[in-house]
Amino acid sequence: MSVPASSQSLSLSVPVWLQRSATTIVLLLTWECASSVGLIPARILAAPTAVAGTFWSMLASGELESNLLVSLGRVVIGLSIAIVLGTTLALTAGLSRVGEMAIDAPMQMLRTMPFLAMVPLFILWFGIGETPKIALVTLGATFPIYLTLFSGIRSVDKKLVETGNCFGMNRSALIRHVILPGALPSFLVGLRYSLGIAWLSLVVAEQVNANAGIGYLIMDARDYMRTDVIVVCLLVYSLLGLGTDFLVRVIERYALAWRPSLIATS
Amino acid sequence: MDSSTMFAFRPVVHAPGGGQPVAPAVKLRNFSRRFGANTVLDNINLDIAEGEFVALLGRSGSGKTTLLRTLAGLDAVHEGEVNVPAARAVVFQEPRLLPWKRVWSNILIGLDTRALGGAKAAHALALRALSEVGLAHRVDAWPATLSGGEAQRAALARALVREPKLLLLDEPFASLDALTRIRMHRLVAALCQTHNPAVLLVTHDVDEAILLADRVLILAEGKLIVEQRIDLPRARQPGHPQFVSLRRFFLESLGVELDEDAAASSVSPSVIAGA
Repeated sequence: MSVPASSQSLSLSVPVWLQRSATTIVLLLTWECASSVGLIPARILAAPTAVAGTFWSMLASGELESNLLVSLGRVVIGLSIAIVLGTTLALTAGLSRVGEMAIDAPMQMLRTMPFLAMVPLFILWFGIGETPKIALVTLGATFPIYLTLFSGIRSVDKKLVETGNCFGMNRSALIRHVILPGALPSFLVGLRYSLGIAWLSLVVAEQVNANAGIGYLIMDARDYMRTDVIVVCLLVYSLLGLGTDFLVRVIERYALAWRPSLIATS
Repeated sequence: MDSSTMFAFRPVVHAPGGGQPVAPAVKLRNFSRRFGANTVLDNINLDIAEGEFVALLGRSGSGKTTLLRTLAGLDAVHEGEVNVPAARAVVFQEPRLLPWKRVWSNILIGLDTRALGGAKAAHALALRALSEVGLAHRVDAWPATLSGGEAQRAALARALVREPKLLLLDEPFASLDALTRIRMHRLVAALCQTHNPAVLLVTHDVDEAILLADRVLILAEGKLIVEQRIDLPRARQPGHPQFVSLRRFFLESLGVELDEDAAASSVSPSVIAGA
């Protein structure tokens, strides 16, 4: 009986965050030790302290910020076009039979194509400037928006539509007050997928003939075997992914405040 | 195709004798509805007077919901003549509130806020309608936070705020628990007295029909087979001998055979003998 008692007192004295991050800390320490005794050479993987130092110096020199801004700009532009395009297509296909016949079949065909394989074509079409990078982000991010919003529109409760009709809503009021709010949860799921894909497309796009951006930093660092810079950039990518996911969660909290799950947690 | 022309509101018709005005809010003549080869409603003739409460009983699949949907304008008229007032509202079996609109906003869906005198006046109107159903304290709540009974009361307020000439109730109490149902019966009875719309209540609860209606109709295989005026004084008691004999009559018309024990459960034997 004394064993569980002592383990309980241990878990009480050590804060929860420390318990949860214990494994990570041990891994980092092992990594650091292995690097310092030469088991992991810096050209394979830089030590955690070296990565931290590089991160700081890249911040201080402004190198990281300026390239981050370029990457962020590409994602924002590409994603904005994707949202407008995906939403327009989904509304057209979702709200009319003619639109569905014209749009849905080609979209379903295109979506099965691995869009990253389009990079060579895009370079031939758009050259090596900003256009192919933004186009790749747009291409990748449009499909999740289209697919989720289209199915969201089509799966709006028919009884609610009928009720709106019955209480005197005209078509535009029905779309505004019943169909679009009903499809919003699906749209936001699509938006989250799109953000993930946008970052992924950016990684690929920036590794082809870029002269600025996080991907460019990585390719540049590869040439000089600067694994510390590469790790910093990878961390930045994952932070950006986390950040944008957080952004969508915030939007969901406000836009979907009516949902039972959100009411229960707030 | 355009059903709106079929629903032209006819002016009040006065009886030839000049006594009580005969004012059919609803007038159906030779109305039939077929889905393919299947005749759901067969040559229905029905008048509902202004302010009259009519209950429509029938088994599942008897066509009662189709009849209600026709009166609501949710089903186009192909055969026969259907006259209903333009001002009509429905309470469905489920509350059917828009979950993304607060309760007060749900009450006002489809209404033009400007015509109501602006946002503030509209909110006040919704609040009044909700007070009537005892839901004033939930005016700004999300529908998902309402209980089943509260949501159905909100649906009732949404219907009554339009001051309908015809109120259509499609088994509105069917999914409520027994205690809530009793309270809803009283509320609906009281509100129908105040607002005085013509009411068509579709139900398969015989007691509910006798409790609330001025007249009970029974629909079977697309035909109205029973029409019975209920002259019991209000508030009606299910134990009342006449109530019991009406229940027995309606249940038998619906094809439910009662054994003597079940029929006698709440009534003295002499009354059954008399009935």
